[in-house]
Amino acid sequence: MPLIHAAGLRKTFGDFVAVDDIDVDVEEGESFGFLGPNGAGKSSTMRMIGCTSPVSGGELRVLGMDPLTHGPQVRSQLGVVPQQDALDEELTVAENMLVYGRYFGIDRAVVRERARGLLEFAQLTEKADSVVEALSGGMKRRLTITRALINNPRLLLLDEPTTGLDPQARHILWDRLFRLKREGVTLVLTTHYMDEAEQLCDRLVVMDHGRIVAEGSPLSLIAQHASREVLELRFDVADHAERLADVHDLADRVEVLPDRLLLYVDDGDGALESATARGIHPLSALVRRASLEDVFLRLTGRSLVE
Amino acid sequence: MTERTTASLPSGGELTTDPGSAVGGGWRSVLGYWLAIYRRIWPSTVISSFLAPLLYLAGMGYGLGALIDSGDRTAVPGVPYVAFVATGLLAAQAMQTAAAETTYSVFGAIKWLRTYEAMLATPLRVVDLVRGHLAYLALRLTLVTTIFVGVALTLGAMRGWLALAAIPAAVLGGLAFATPIYAFTTLQRSDEGFNILNRFVIMPLFLFSGTFFPLGQLPTVLQAIGWASPLTHAVTLTRALGLGPGTPMWITPGQAALHVGYLALWAALGYVASVRLLRRRMVV
Repeated sequence: MPLIHAAGLRKTFGDFVAVDDIDVDVEEGESFGFLGPNGAGKSSTMRMIGCTSPVSGGELRVLGMDPLTHGPQVRSQLGVVPQQDALDEELTVAENMLVYGRYFGIDRAVVRERARGLLEFAQLTEKADSVVEALSGGMKRRLTITRALINNPRLLLLDEPTTGLDPQARHILWDRLFRLKREGVTLVLTTHYMDEAEQLCDRLVVMDHGRIVAEGSPLSLIAQHASREVLELRFDVADHAERLADVHDLADRVEVLPDRLLLYVDDGDGALESATARGIHPLSALVRRASLEDVFLRLTGRSLVE
Repeated sequence: MTERTTASLPSGGELTTDPGSAVGGGWRSVLGYWLAIYRRIWPSTVISSFLAPLLYLAGMGYGLGALIDSGDRTAVPGVPYVAFVATGLLAAQAMQTAAAETTYSVFGAIKWLRTYEAMLATPLRVVDLVRGHLAYLALRLTLVTTIFVGVALTLGAMRGWLALAAIPAAVLGGLAFATPIYAFTTLQRSDEGFNILNRFVIMPLFLFSGTFFPLGQLPTVLQAIGWASPLTHAVTLTRALGLGPGTPMWITPGQAALHVGYLALWAALGYVASVRLLRRRMVV
């Protein structure tokens, strides 16, 4: 039985359709991602899975239960990391863990014991008696995740876990999440960062306008919807479409962005050499590996982060 | 990492619990949260909760009282003005503490700090949030009214053991304001409404619910408003109990039951509205 089973799942707010008829199954031990730009319906989906937002239509089972009738029972086995931390800023790190653990009805002594181990895992042991207000953004985020683990959840839901963090803090966080995954915790996360999805997700769906537009592992999605490499060319022109004719035959496909051309090719350096041989001299040229960003661009014609 | 519990998974459909039945820490764990916060912030509540009522008591009771009571003649026969005011302020401060707690701190938990959102991601239900918050408020009210009664007894502004019974009366009066204001708060989009509430509801009721002078002194229209105010009924109870039998403020058990009933009605209706409206606000 999948941990999450959604069929024809919908979420509407009045006339607005936030989640439009999606099918998702997540198996135990899997690390699953919802990738998409802001407003794609990722958070609405996560809130329905987290049993805090009622389903508008379709079927949803989380841990085999119906959120409508067994919300508290499901939530008692979930760990939820919301988009905004919502920590108790006036309390210390240790107090945050204790208060939160009590919400699950876990014994004080057990919470203290677990909190010790978890804070060590999150590298927050020295901060146990610090008031949360004084912590850095990265530490707060780690504490939010640590707090969500207090009930030994079967399923950890992370809504944009690293948005707004500096690169170093993101890498620490990814490392911790990766360890959790190796310990068998099922992770479900939303992100609009392709690198995050590539790092953490075994499998993901790409969402746009409330719909699922693609599904697969990061590698298979890239193989399916992009090429091996991408050559980015930047010219000194107002509209990059003007230069499309010069290069379009060098690539399988060319994407015109406001500030550059993306050439989808198997051999980026080769394509650049051919362009140079034709007397094409861009302001700058960059050869890179294709990413989920390219997949998204291909599928929707828009960038993930605008 | 600590050990991973292998919680047995109830298979769908077989579970026979009621929709949203309680699992987890329930309202007691919510109370635990508010008490943990209170341990941090109590010094900042000392002035509004303890000193302000005592300043009113000193200024109005003793200052104004000296003008009102002259020689053997007191405004209410046999009752010095300071005792009249003290027994009224007891209920009035409960109202103000209740209003402060159910406006800004509830709104903060809904919007600014997202405390309620974090709570609802756990097994807690909306009803646990309301109950836990009100339980905390009831404890706060018990604390401030007990201290006030202690001071009033020491100063001789209240008399007799029966004055202790004024404590639960004042707490009930506070709750009669707390739950309707809680419901009001769940409807707010910003904190602007709280200024209006304070200026046009709390402050007028503070003045025109018999705290500082008998309602009978007012024009008939204002008297009607005064009697609709829960504070009037709370003050009537705390004054009767705080001054004791044998004063003109004493009431019969039947009258007391009516006042208690009126306060309980406000508290109960406000509670039902709070749970419903908070659910509408939080569960979308």
